[in-house]
Amino acid sequence: MAENSNENSNRKPVSDFVLPFERKIVELEALRDKATSEEERATIGAELERERTNVVANLTPWQRMQLARHPNRPRMMDYVRRVLDDVIELHGDRLGGDDPAMITGIGRFRGRTVAVVGQQKGDTTDERIRRNFGMPHPEGYRKALRVFEMAERLHMPIVSFVDTPAADPSVESEAHGQAGAIARNLWAMLRLKTPIFVAILGEGGSGGALAIALGDWVAMFEYAIYVVCPPERCAEILWRDIDKKEMAASALKITAADLLSLGVIDRILPEPGGGAHRDPEQSAQVLTEELDRFLGDYCSKDNWDPAQRQQRFRRLGHWRETG
Amino acid sequence: MPFFKRRRFVSIVGPKSRVPDGLWMKCPSCGQAVYRAEVEENLWVCPSCGHHHRITARTRIQYLVDPESFRETHTNVDTLDPLEFTVGEVSYLDKVKKAKDKTGITEAIITGFASVEDVPTVLAVMDFFFMGGSMGSVVGEKFCRAADDAIRERLPIVVFSTAGGARMQEGILGLMQMAKTSNAVRALNEAGIPYISVLTDPTTGGVCASFASLGDIMIAEPNAEIGFAGKRLIEGALKVKIPEGFQTAEYQYQNGFLDQIVKRSDMRAFLGRLLRYLAPNRPVEQPVQ
Repeated sequence: MAENSNENSNRKPVSDFVLPFERKIVELEALRDKATSEEERATIGAELERERTNVVANLTPWQRMQLARHPNRPRMMDYVRRVLDDVIELHGDRLGGDDPAMITGIGRFRGRTVAVVGQQKGDTTDERIRRNFGMPHPEGYRKALRVFEMAERLHMPIVSFVDTPAADPSVESEAHGQAGAIARNLWAMLRLKTPIFVAILGEGGSGGALAIALGDWVAMFEYAIYVVCPPERCAEILWRDIDKKEMAASALKITAADLLSLGVIDRILPEPGGGAHRDPEQSAQVLTEELDRFLGDYCSKDNWDPAQRQQRFRRLGHWRETG
Repeated sequence: MPFFKRRRFVSIVGPKSRVPDGLWMKCPSCGQAVYRAEVEENLWVCPSCGHHHRITARTRIQYLVDPESFRETHTNVDTLDPLEFTVGEVSYLDKVKKAKDKTGITEAIITGFASVEDVPTVLAVMDFFFMGGSMGSVVGEKFCRAADDAIRERLPIVVFSTAGGARMQEGILGLMQMAKTSNAVRALNEAGIPYISVLTDPTTGGVCASFASLGDIMIAEPNAEIGFAGKRLIEGALKVKIPEGFQTAEYQYQNGFLDQIVKRSDMRAFLGRLLRYLAPNRPVEQPVQ
């Protein structure tokens, strides 16, 4: 599908970036790799497993935000390659543009054809720049929309991978109608008469994420986040101090557990100790099983109906009735 | 990531047309000192340069509907604090209470039934003076109920938007109101109910990127700020100078996102005409086979 399709799926991490709370994991990994005997390797391995579990046991919301933005975190295409059996990329919005930040295609999953949509942040510096760090332009949302509509016509379930800091904030995107493009996708995703599966992989950044995230079933990785606005922006606006971003991250309730309790997502996908980037294969396996359950159980129900999706979003919100 | 520019001090600009008390006021657009009563008489439009001041939802309704025709609905939907959100010592509900006291309304949107030039319609009007018109659960719910009313009564719906975006203090539930209100527009569309969306200064962020951009007919007031990402964000992130007139109603009109720009003084007559033409709302009869 993408240009790296021949890439080894057991590739090395794309960056040597290490978060402060990950240092011990990295040290232990290095020690394990240098181990001379099987016994030593096993001992260090056990300690490594404990450390991986410990690190993620007490993460603050801000630290989770950092994990969600980790440069080594598996991207949309890392999952697409592992979860789907085959995929054919589709380009262009048919209105004059093709946005590399949004990837769309037709995929095969266990004998079934699905439409695939998602934001791709990119691995190398060049790819990140080319893909605008996963921040789609209106052309990207319109490309997603035309693939959604094709999926409905051709009776394909839709699989949407969400991983974006935000919709592209630029003069050009505004001129091309960013607001209207996002709005039209929201409208369409609530209308489509085909099942929609959404996986929030890393960053669910505001309207830019929401525009491909209205599903019958919304699954979210354990250390992914989903926000109304980035904590930095929230800190600027409400505290007038960007250094309050950690406070904002806590206040905004951005973790998968928060979102599950607020009824915004349906399932938390467990990640390996230390986060998905420590073992992308395992994360992909979890996502594969979840997608299989959705396509197998949920979609085979005779009573599957887009009205359920509509009612779900109609109900969202907390208010009370007075007198 | 260059997206977040580190800045220690950020000035928050209040409603730019907050009018100081006094007999005279200075127009924020042309700088002319003008007689306050004259501006008010002129529907809060500068008699010198035509600048449209921001007005409250109540004032707008009064300018718009036939006398005595407005019947307010859904005033019983009240705000909760789902995230227990507190900034310093001030809780979210404290802030809501302050906004209620300041504006005399219960939330950032007023809904109801009215007639405009004798055409009955459902009306929803947002108020920027209530927490920047931000969209939280109550705004979303009231919008949906107004849409339900329009569908049930087979009436058109007119919505005046003004907002900075989703209400941050409700976190992800604020964001979800974009989906919820877009779903209401879908229901209006499927029921064949005309939806007129009027964008007023400012309509930005999540409101602009949901129901406000989904009207069958898209109208704006002159010079209204309309856009998705804030200008400061765009300038800060990309270090570019934004062009003159960027994100104004006129700019959006030129780029093809608005049907018409309508002056406040013309709005009632224009909407009356539009509603008369849209309101019959009966499908063309199919020829009998």
